[in-house]
Amino acid sequence: MFNNLSERLSGALKTIGGKNKLTEANISDSLREVRMALLEADVALPVVMAFIDQVKARALGTEVATSLSAGQTFIKIVNEELTKLMGEANESLNLATQPPAVILMAGLQGAGKTTSTAKLAKHLIEKEKKKVLLVSADVYRPAAIDQLETLAGQVGAEFFPSQIKQKPVKIAQAAIKHARKTAADVVIVDTAGRLAIDAEMMAEIKAVHKAANPVETLFVVDSMTGQDAANTAKAFHDALPLTGVILTKADGDARGGAALSIRFITGKPIKFIGTGEKAEALEPFHPDRLASRILGMGDVLSLIEEVEQKVDQQKAEKLARKISKGKGFTLVDMKEQLEQVAGMGDLAGMLGKLPGMGQMAGQINNANMNKDMRRQIAIINSMTPKERRNPLIISGSRKRRIANGSGLQIADVNRLLKQHKQMEKMMKKMGKGGMAKMMRGMGGGGMPPGGMGGGMPPGGGLPPGMGGGMPPMGGGGNFPFK
Amino acid sequence: MTQKNAFFLVRWIRGLLALFGRLFGASSKAAPQDFDSKLEAGMGKSRSGFVERLASLVGASKTIDRSLLDDIETTLLTADVGVDATRQITDELTDALSRKELKDSATLWARIRNSLLGILENSQTPLSLPESDEQPSPFVILMVGVNGVGKTTTIGKLAKRFQDQGKSVMLAAGDTFRAAAVEQLKTWGERNNVPVVAQGTGADSASVIFDALSSAKAKGIDVVLADTAGRLHTADNLMSELAKIRRVVQKFDPSAPHETLLVVDAVTGQNALNQATEFHETAKLSGVVVTKLDGTAKGGVIFAIAKRLGLPIRFVGVGEGIDDLGEFKPETFVDALLGKVSEESVQ
Repeated sequence: MFNNLSERLSGALKTIGGKNKLTEANISDSLREVRMALLEADVALPVVMAFIDQVKARALGTEVATSLSAGQTFIKIVNEELTKLMGEANESLNLATQPPAVILMAGLQGAGKTTSTAKLAKHLIEKEKKKVLLVSADVYRPAAIDQLETLAGQVGAEFFPSQIKQKPVKIAQAAIKHARKTAADVVIVDTAGRLAIDAEMMAEIKAVHKAANPVETLFVVDSMTGQDAANTAKAFHDALPLTGVILTKADGDARGGAALSIRFITGKPIKFIGTGEKAEALEPFHPDRLASRILGMGDVLSLIEEVEQKVDQQKAEKLARKISKGKGFTLVDMKEQLEQVAGMGDLAGMLGKLPGMGQMAGQINNANMNKDMRRQIAIINSMTPKERRNPLIISGSRKRRIANGSGLQIADVNRLLKQHKQMEKMMKKMGKGGMAKMMRGMGGGGMPPGGMGGGMPPGGGLPPGMGGGMPPMGGGGNFPFK
Repeated sequence: MTQKNAFFLVRWIRGLLALFGRLFGASSKAAPQDFDSKLEAGMGKSRSGFVERLASLVGASKTIDRSLLDDIETTLLTADVGVDATRQITDELTDALSRKELKDSATLWARIRNSLLGILENSQTPLSLPESDEQPSPFVILMVGVNGVGKTTTIGKLAKRFQDQGKSVMLAAGDTFRAAAVEQLKTWGERNNVPVVAQGTGADSASVIFDALSSAKAKGIDVVLADTAGRLHTADNLMSELAKIRRVVQKFDPSAPHETLLVVDAVTGQNALNQATEFHETAKLSGVVVTKLDGTAKGGVIFAIAKRLGLPIRFVGVGEGIDDLGEFKPETFVDALLGKVSEESVQ
């Protein structure tokens, strides 16, 4: 659905071509594409304009390094500026104060404050071993207090009951008093959603802030927010001394340009992102990775983490050794891989994190793909060990037996064998010097994070990974790992 | 994990996914688009005070210049109208300008307004309920949408509205996932004094709704408003659950749900189009409700939704009160979006 920036730029970058200097004339097309990509990603217009000015100022007159094409140099600047704007590293909560440390949650209706309150509590209880008390100062939305009470029970936090007849300020004060008595480390005060232009409600939250004196005032914002993020962030920032931002619902397919707008306008770090319905779906935010996502260049670092969690590393390493030694890729290996990929669940989501593959991700139906993979596993399961090691012996009669055994058609067996052949070819390519070449490039770093190397080969032949076989991971693989 | 292994893994998964993607029918369509320079020109310049400018120009019969067009562009983009629709409108205006059709600001005003209204042409069909005595079974309205858009609140307001029209209403607490969603709906039931059918958190959403339909039919209720849990349109399992709800409702009455409303938060940016597309595919939408239009967000993305899906925008939500819901009026919406102060915002 989105034409991501790397795809957009592939055309525009041709005008930069082999030039050895970036000039107003040769970057104007590319700048326009960046502008469009940012707008489509919901970055607020004033922020887009300021950002483009920054990129332009830096790019003009920049000499093109010999190791990079002019286009790559331009992309490098864009990504670096974006990362600079978003902040370099994750900033966590600062709860260093005389306990109880108070955290105040603020934001629009439906942003996800109550859910985030519970997730944050779980995070603090489990990761930082804090004793956490939750209280709701939302006396407006029906059952908001009940909701927090239920969630508090689910995440193992203490809950301080409040009534809709009470004043939010009084609720906060009473909760903090109670926390002091019971020696709670942290009090999280959930508040009602409010519009930034609702003067009465903004005065109310200011009063709550004054009374509660929080060490952290977190602005909770929906990652799907559009241009209004600029107005809202400014109004909340003006009203409250925000200390950070929680970006919610980031597991959808929004580009999350709002994050950029909010960071630009408030200057406050995004500390966490909400990534799912479950209470543990709250992750520290890594700004450098979002830059890539906004630009549609994938989020390779997050992907690695995800893969690390979901993949049996011993098996993967075994396969890596086998392939680097130039040994064959058998159906046993293929089955292992199928099982691992099937176990990862959301393939479209993972594909979306790969540079240049965002579009393909949109065309993949997780459910169908999983079904196909399960079928393939069933086919391999119906083979004898000998057949798995040496698929060449699979004759017509064996095929029929395998098809019957797996409850599928002979055509399905043929398809699997064909796919195995393709994969085998791919693995061979990778085994031959691929690893060695990769390793050489590792020390250098140099390229910005986020898979830039992979996303932007010289000449703009995009997207990578689509051409066939195993795509190279960037020219020589200048890929920095932390 | 060592660097080497991490690196291998990335390559491995990348290659594997690429291959799988190809094998399972995804194809690459990387067609770089040419973008018009007009929009770019418009964005580099002034972005202040379109409204004031327009106000000062209206009636003054001044000539239109390029920078005013730029301001219009800014207004549209900052209202979430989106790059494509904005470009279409500014192109039209630029053409008209070069043909010297835009003599004064009044003509210009009319032109933009008409362009925007043109996009909403097919979106202004109000929801009409059948006469009570013509119905063998209740009119079923299913509310769907992503998390936090205001589905439950909208149900509360709709219940009041339908009651005011003389209909008997029942609510079905189909959001069995979110903590206290059932209680929230029950509160709305009490406020409206209408029955709420619920089973509690964790129950099967489809069966709660089915129960409500059976009960409503037995009691001769006119309208059933069925709530569902908020779900991201990208969550396959939750979208399948929604498809199941639909199937179960159809089992009760093949013509139901008679109305499936997508609730869209006006604050949402371009992602709302993805939401609408996905929900339409799964739940066969028949209309859209735009909520939270009382804030600073303009909800311009509904132009993109209207353009792609041609769905009627049934209602707009403008606050948390029980009466803060109105029928969608394209003229009012467009005027608000363009910043023209309108007194008849919602009736």
